[in-house]
Amino acid sequence: MKKSGGILLFILVMAIVGPWLSPHDYQDTNFDAILNAPSFAGVHFFGTDDLGRDLFVRTMLGIRITLLVAIVASLVSLVIGVTYGAVAGYVGGRVDAVMMRFVDTLYALPFIFFVILLMVVFERNFFLIFVAIGAINWLDMARIVRGQTLSLREREFVDAARLTGVSTARIIFRHIAPNLLGIVVVYVTLTIPQAILVESFLSFLGLGIQEPQTSLGSLVDGGVNQMEGASWMLLIPAALLALILMCFNFLGDALRDFFDARKSP
Amino acid sequence: MSLLEVTDLTVRYGDSAVVNAVSFAVNRGESVGIVGESGSGKSQIALSILGLLPDNATVSGSIRFDGLELAGKTDKQLDAIRAVRIGIVFQDPMQALNPYLRVGQQLRQILLQHELANGVEADESVKKMLELVGLPDPERQFHAFPHELSGGMRQRVMIASALICEPDLLIADEPTTALDVTVQAQILDLLEELRDETALLLITHDLGIVAGRCERLLVFDEGRLVESGATTSIFSSPGTAHTRKLLAAALRTDRGEIRATANGKTVLGVDNASVSYRDKSKERLVAVTDVSLSLREAETLAIVGESGSGKSSLVRGLLGLIPMRAGRVVYAGEPLEGPVQFRSAAQRRDLQLIFQDPASALNPQMRVQTIVGEPLLVHEPAMSSDTRNESVVSILNKVGLDESYLRRFPHQLSGGQAQRIAIARALILEPKILICDEAVAALDGSVREQVLELLNDVQCDTGLSIIFISHDLAVVRSVSHRVAVMYLGQLVEVANTANLFSSPRHPYTKALIEASPVPDPLVAPASAPLKGEVPSLLTPPSGCVFHPRCVFAQSECSNKRPSLREYGGSRVSCHRAAELEL
Repeated sequence: MKKSGGILLFILVMAIVGPWLSPHDYQDTNFDAILNAPSFAGVHFFGTDDLGRDLFVRTMLGIRITLLVAIVASLVSLVIGVTYGAVAGYVGGRVDAVMMRFVDTLYALPFIFFVILLMVVFERNFFLIFVAIGAINWLDMARIVRGQTLSLREREFVDAARLTGVSTARIIFRHIAPNLLGIVVVYVTLTIPQAILVESFLSFLGLGIQEPQTSLGSLVDGGVNQMEGASWMLLIPAALLALILMCFNFLGDALRDFFDARKSP
Repeated sequence: MSLLEVTDLTVRYGDSAVVNAVSFAVNRGESVGIVGESGSGKSQIALSILGLLPDNATVSGSIRFDGLELAGKTDKQLDAIRAVRIGIVFQDPMQALNPYLRVGQQLRQILLQHELANGVEADESVKKMLELVGLPDPERQFHAFPHELSGGMRQRVMIASALICEPDLLIADEPTTALDVTVQAQILDLLEELRDETALLLITHDLGIVAGRCERLLVFDEGRLVESGATTSIFSSPGTAHTRKLLAAALRTDRGEIRATANGKTVLGVDNASVSYRDKSKERLVAVTDVSLSLREAETLAIVGESGSGKSSLVRGLLGLIPMRAGRVVYAGEPLEGPVQFRSAAQRRDLQLIFQDPASALNPQMRVQTIVGEPLLVHEPAMSSDTRNESVVSILNKVGLDESYLRRFPHQLSGGQAQRIAIARALILEPKILICDEAVAALDGSVREQVLELLNDVQCDTGLSIIFISHDLAVVRSVSHRVAVMYLGQLVEVANTANLFSSPRHPYTKALIEASPVPDPLVAPASAPLKGEVPSLLTPPSGCVFHPRCVFAQSECSNKRPSLREYGGSRVSCHRAAELEL
């Protein structure tokens, strides 16, 4: 947990301060330095791409965007999913049945088709990516939270609160929600890599981030085109993407163990 | 040479020793009781004998069984001894039996594993064993799954599995704690009857159980053996303060009388209440049928009955936590109806409930301050947070805790402290009626006394009316003015506490009183007064619901449902109440 957390922190810091360490800007093209291999001579640590843009700065920018998208999308799914799941689970009965059938229906929609439709109707837009990713992630979260709430609702402290006359909203937010914390925190660290993958996937398909902005996914996409002559364009962002994903997964596992250990006396 | 010799046994988890330099011996055929409160390390001893301690425990000292050293042996080496020469019966048979295997298969496995029989022989001896432990129709039970059996039947299967290899030593770890009193007596009788040459190590917190059944006692406190000796001499002249405290709690000698006197004014009336549930297959299960009761001011009314008697469903129904199917509840002249969230603030304020398990009744993510203060926050939103905190501290003082507890979380409290917090939360609004649903069942003897004393004090000071639900007649006798006995969702007898215990009018009341263990080694334990177990609520017996277990039942009893009638100051629901001499 410490190692993966440390690596993530280092990557994050680099993504924020990295671009200032380099004399280049992410959108400056330099036709004298096209497809240069990584070198310290021209201060192109990660080489340059087919337009002569510095890849180090672009990769750092890509990490920023990727992490931003992933974290914001996870937060969106957290807020919607927890509220929706807790309400469905606590109120129960017909309300629960209707709310969860709605979730089932959304699950049944072909996701990629949904995103392409969104992109066509609203044109490509940074904001839409959050919506698209959040829209699928909260479904899982809502299901998990609902299941957890169903069992919490039977606990006697909820009965005790009802007896005193605590309002339903207060019971959900003050009594049920804090007890969901453990599982939710763990689940969020596991949805972040999922969101990163989805964003990369969309960008790779050309549906994601717009040039000259970039993300790890679009960098990999660009790298694939130059794979034969300039392998660094593919390998560096791909390796970083894999590293970030692994770190988040390890962090999630470690957090799950941490919360388990606290529950068993 | 003794069968089992434990010398200097110490069990540690990290730095804390849960069993501390314990030495004792058990002879062949002897029955020895290990008694102590929870956390005294008594179960750890059983687990260390069997080599079942978790990996993070370190064991030192020696455990010699029939000359063989058991400490430090691997699982493989112990296999030849466990089950074959040492049998064990755990507390909760539902946890100890594999839900995916039929009863017969589980028992058969033991014999086959140890190559004590081949397939056909094994089936035969398993069936014989099932018959021996008193399972009706062993042929059919052989193919039953554990969930198809009742709690008492499951524990019988557990005993069968422990005794099937005819071990030299049987360890029973709280074998009856999860069972009803009338079944408890049956199981204890069965253990005594079947063990024969087998030595018995009976682990329990209840001195009443060991009193007439064990020859010697080992008393534990905080991992140390504080006293050992013959049962009779320990009861007649306990050597240490701890033993005296345990005995006092068991005999309830140090309890004051109930000081509050009930006046005649009725505060709560329940008329013909019925509560029903629907189970998964949509079948209706009637948990409470036609119960009428009244509660007077400053009175403690006890409701007793075994599990499934509907006592919890009744109070949950009247509190509005679950819907009532029929009947009405009148509080202070006004009807109490509908779910609790639709009742008036005053009504909610005046009726409070204390739960059985404080660990589950307190929100684990809240601090004591928030838990106890929340009712005030809801009912008096105008109150400033300083005034609220003052009231919280003053109610904490009242339940015997100080302000150092304010910032604690529930998991930082012991069972007794947590129950005090739950009581503080219930009392902070100064309710008129307090319902205690098995509120002391999960507490150790001495803590239980403190909590009961506290309730008694509050009742004296404020004229609180209490409905006290319990299965433990000894506790009920010492705290209540009147007792209502429930069986299978119906009221069978209502009487003054003194009358009820001196002259019970209903055969079930009589059986309940006889079944509760007497903590006196000179009184031979009465043999189980009732055969069989509580029938299922899904298929209640016709006529009088008690007739299949009643020794006085006549043909009339299976046809006609009796109603509650007056007999000499008691209200009894029995066709033969007038003629029976109990």
